[in-house]
Formats: sequence, structure tokens, C-alpha cells
Amino acid sequence: MVQPTIEETRLSTEQAIQTYRTGARITDVDALVVDGFSVYYETDSGTVKACDDVTFTLKQGERFALVGESGSGKTTLAMGLMRLTRPPGHIASGSAILNGRDLTTLSDEEMRKTRLSELALVPQGAMNSLNPVMRIGRQIIDGILDHVDEDDKSPTKDELDETVRDLLTRVGLRPGVARLFPHELSGGMKQRVAMAIGISLRPRLIVADEPTSALDVVVQRQIMQTLGRLQEGLDASIMLVGHDMGLVAQFADTIGVMYAGKLVEIGPVEEVFSDPKHPYTKLLIRSLPSLQEKREFLGIPGLPPQLIDLPVGCAFADRCPSVFAKCREVTPQTQDLGGRRETACHLYDEEAKS
Amino acid sequence: MSTFLELDHVTKTFGSEGMFGNGQVTVAVDDVSLSIDEDEASITTVAGESGSGKTTLSRLLLGSHVPSDGRMLYRGKDFTKLTSRERRNFRREIQPIFQDPFESYNPFYKVDHVLDAPIKNFKLASSNREKKRMIEDALEMVGLLPGETLGRFPHQLSGGQRQRIMVARALLLKPRVILADEPVSMVDASLRATILDSIRRLNRDLGISVVYVTHDLTTAYQISDNLMIMYRGAVVEAGTVDEVIPNPQHPYTKLLIESIPQPDPKNRWGSEPPQQNWDTSDTDIAGCRFADRCPAVMDNCRTTVPAQYLINEHQMTRCFLHEEKGVMENPDITSTFQTESETIKAVPADMSI
Repeated sequence: MVQPTIEETRLSTEQAIQTYRTGARITDVDALVVDGFSVYYETDSGTVKACDDVTFTLKQGERFALVGESGSGKTTLAMGLMRLTRPPGHIASGSAILNGRDLTTLSDEEMRKTRLSELALVPQGAMNSLNPVMRIGRQIIDGILDHVDEDDKSPTKDELDETVRDLLTRVGLRPGVARLFPHELSGGMKQRVAMAIGISLRPRLIVADEPTSALDVVVQRQIMQTLGRLQEGLDASIMLVGHDMGLVAQFADTIGVMYAGKLVEIGPVEEVFSDPKHPYTKLLIRSLPSLQEKREFLGIPGLPPQLIDLPVGCAFADRCPSVFAKCREVTPQTQDLGGRRETACHLYDEEAKS
Repeated sequence: MSTFLELDHVTKTFGSEGMFGNGQVTVAVDDVSLSIDEDEASITTVAGESGSGKTTLSRLLLGSHVPSDGRMLYRGKDFTKLTSRERRNFRREIQPIFQDPFESYNPFYKVDHVLDAPIKNFKLASSNREKKRMIEDALEMVGLLPGETLGRFPHQLSGGQRQRIMVARALLLKPRVILADEPVSMVDASLRATILDSIRRLNRDLGISVVYVTHDLTTAYQISDNLMIMYRGAVVEAGTVDEVIPNPQHPYTKLLIESIPQPDPKNRWGSEPPQQNWDTSDTDIAGCRFADRCPAVMDNCRTTVPAQYLINEHQMTRCFLHEEKGVMENPDITSTFQTESETIKAVPADMSI
């Protein structure tokens, strides 16, 4: 077999820069409306509320980042929206309306058709999500062929080859990569292949679950910028799941902070970073190391509560520096603070009423 | 001033061109000279991308790789000529902390096991009571409560707690040097601070030198005194963090610093940088290994390997852009590092990165 040359596997800088454009992306159209969405795990020792009563709206073209510690429920929420929750987990309540259709009420077959074509996942650790014994080109085609309706005629080999070539070029790889196996690619290149598969059917919403967690900073930046460029090309929305606040600051328009299964704060990313409302968000932002100044490290004291045995009231109360009596009695509800900012914290009870 | 460990023009290559080799030779560490001092405890970061050779360098320092070329000296003695007693002593004096706090444990044993084993192996305690006291002291030193930690299985503890037990284990052996290879990359951001803080305390309070291997320059800047940047085996820039981070001189260091996702939405990345070329064998590159990605590449970069040029007392780089500064007389890159006796300079306020 003829191996592709180096030149064939790489896209020039100018090509990459040309395709990268910025501008107003966010429209007024609702892409995804999530309302009261809960995913519970039923276990012998009780119900684990891994994701509890989450409500948010994602506009078309918007980049929404969901952040939180391990175990905060961010991946559970993302997988729940994709209907990929495994037993004993199940969607306990709520709705998730994508382009007018409620994902929670679709049949399994309808949901299977919806995945990839309307709602695509760029998984965490792409190195483990590719089939090691299948050439890259074949893996890209696989998803496309699986979504051809029975009455439609299958695309021809030439059409498919053209599609693969186009997709690889768009994610910043040379078309020659189609003939390679996953082990011949670097981690960054594999993540690019995963993105090519993700966008192959022009989805409306891309769910990216920590897409760069195992990659180095420079590669991470390249991948995130490629993802942003692809999203703009498709006019799609992105839900980025992760715990890297730096990445969120660089990439997202809107941030949602999860803690112990609940969405505790939502807002435009610039405002949340400059003026966080929820005490957890405040501590999270304060604990970030910076290159601008050297200072003592401040972690968040304590550990998150066990989801199976949540305290009465606010789940953050035990770690909260501003805790008061009501926090241990009443579970705070999400409050609208105006300016697209919301938080679930009793500190803002008065502010929200007025 | 006595040198604990010294690398003298050390090169480490993998693969071979011989009869059984596939012709692909990887130069993982390329002509590196450095020294770790015993009396002046400092924190030195080794930074670079995957494949930059930072892990190979740390394995060389741990004695688990043998240099292909050059010499490694332990307290002035050639490493290959150590007696078994000296080698054993060396293994106690330099302690590793690894990346994955899950894989470092045997899930069938309680966490006490990783703390008991070194005491038994090196016969550090004469009685059970002394052993218990040593373990408790070490745990408290890293900010863990012995009562909440001992007697548990690894899965019952958080990643942060597990990683801190690993720091405590290293401490039991009273090492001179701790080598931490990406100790926080698999831990949640909110727990990173506590682990790094316990590592920094060991350095300050117990005078242990720390080699911190990472690709995260932000934490490196926060905790370390000195910094070495590696790219495809070569140390392309080195010096004190206060010189290198605000004022990077090598184009690769600049790219690394620019690419850090800073938690500031008002200060976003510029355009997409070019990808790394993994397909060329290291031996095919005649000049600077960064030449094919370098925005400032010149003709001689592709033909000649740049020497170590001294930017100032506390910073050196391997880049022809700084040729006029002159070649470093002392090949030991750690000669640019900050020693304890010098006062730490304030960071300029108008750092524009």
C-alpha cells in the first residue's frame, strides 16, 4: 500500500487560518430547551440523583460550557440528553426539546437516527473511541451509511470518498489520513478524526465531552479552534462539557456551573468570570492559577457531598463561606437575576424578588 | 555546595538503524547537561508537550534509563560504577510521584500498604510504634488526617487524597529530591492547589529539591523557581520562571505560553497555530527541530543545530535569533537557575502574554 507523504497528511497554516473566522454566531432561535431534566440511578442503597432538575436553553450558534468537579453530574447530563444513560440510570423527569422534538419521548429507533444527524458527540479520549482494526476512512463512512434511509439510495463509492476527503480537510487533516489506521495517528489527529465523524451528518448540536483532556496545550488550542471553526461552518450549537475553566473562558459564550447534580449558576462567560454570583463559582474562579500574578494557592476546602445522601437544603452549605441558617433548611431554587444570569443561592433571595 | 546528581552531555535514543531496527531513531533526550544541588533546595519544572522527552529525562534522573551517550554522576561518581549499596542509597534519596493516583495502588490492599512497604524495605523503623508514628507524621505533613486515611482501601479515597498519600510515601524515605511527573494532571482543578501546595511545603520546610515534570506552565509558574522547556528532546529554553514566563525568547516557548487557556474571557487565543510534524525521524532533521513550525525560521535553522545562547544571567535559549548574545561557557543549563541566596525578583506588573 502506498503510504501518504507527510505533505498529504497536513494542512498548511494559511489554509487553517483562512477557514477560521469569527463573528456573531448566536441567533435568537432556540436550539435546545432543557426543562426540569433529571437523571437518577436506582441502586440497592437508594436513589442517586446524579443530575437533578436541570433547566437551561441553548440558542442556535451558541457555545455553552458545562463545568463542575468530577461527580458533579455534567457528563451524566450530557449523556442523558443523548439518551445514552445506562441502567440502573434512567431519565427520571423533564424534557429536552431539540429543534421542536422532545428527545425524552422519542422511540429508541428515532433516537438512534437523531444521534449523529442532529445531535453528535465528540467523545472524551478519542484514542479509545476509534476501532483499532478499521481504516480511518471506513470509520467515517460507517456512521453515514448507518443513517441512510431504507427508501433512499445509498451514496456511491465516489461520493463517499469525496465526503471523507472533504471532512478530513475540514478538521485540518490531509485526505491521505483516510487510508491509515488509528495507531498511526497522534492523539491530536485522532481527536480530529472523532470530530470529522461527529460533523459528518451536519448536526445541529455538537456535544463535546472534555474533547481535549488528554492533550497538550498547543494541541488542545488547535483542536478547540478547529471545533469552533467547524461549528461556525455548520451554524450549529456546541455544548462543551469539562472542568478546565481556562478552556471555558477561551471558548464558550455561556457557562453553566454544576454542583452535586444541580445547575447552580448560568450566565454569559465574561460576566460570570468577572462577577461570579454563587459562592461555589466564586471559589472555583478564585482557585484558578494565573500567569499574571503569583499568589498562594487557594483550593476549595472540603469535599462534595455523597449524591446518595444529600443534605437537606443547599448541597454546598458545608463548604460555603457565606452559609446561613436557611441554607440548611430550604433547597435554593434557581433565580433569575436579569441579564441572562441565573443562580440557585439564598444570598440572592431578596435581589431576585425586587 | 555539593552536587547530588549531574547529567553531563546526556543523550538518550530509542530505536536503532541496525539489522533489526526499523531505521526510525527517536532522540528522546538530546545533549542535556544539568545538575541538581543538594544544599540549595529548589523547585525546577521540566515542561514540554507529549514526546518532548520530559518523561525520558525524568526516568534518566531516576536511574531507570541508562544514557545512550554522556555520563550521569551521583555525588560525583559515575552512575554505572556505583556499588549496590550506593545504588540502594540513591533509590532512597530520589523519590518519584507518578501521574496516575489510581494505578499506583494495588486495589486489594489497604492504603497502609504503600506506607508500610518502604519502611520495611529500607528498615527505617525499629518498632511498630515508631513505624506508626512515622506514617502519621508523614500524613499530617501533606495535610491528611491519619484517622480518616489509614485502614481504608484506595477506592474509598478521592484522587486528591490518594495523590497526597503518594507524597507522604515519598516523604517517609527522607529523600533529597522528589521527582513529580505530572502529579496533578489527573486530578480535579479544585484539588490541584492542595497537592501542589503540599509539594511546595516539602521544598520550603524540609529542604527537599523538587523536579516537577508537567505540560502546565501555569502551575509551574506558581510553584517553581526554575524552568526548562523541552522540544523533541532538546532543552530549548531554561532559566528562572521570573525571567522565562514573562519574557520567553524561544519561539516554541512563546507558542506554549500563548496557548495556555487562560481563565480570562477577555484575553482569548490568537489564530490557530500549525500542527506538529511527527512523520520525520529525528535523525532526518539536520538543524533546529522546531524549524518546520517556527514563524521566525531562517535558512541556517534548517541546516545547523543552534547552540545554547545566554540571554542574561538567568535565561538561556537554543535559538539562532539570539546568536549574537554568545554561547554559554558552562554547558550546564542549571547554571542559569536561581539559587536560594539570591533575592527573588518581583514580577513586572505589565506582563503582556
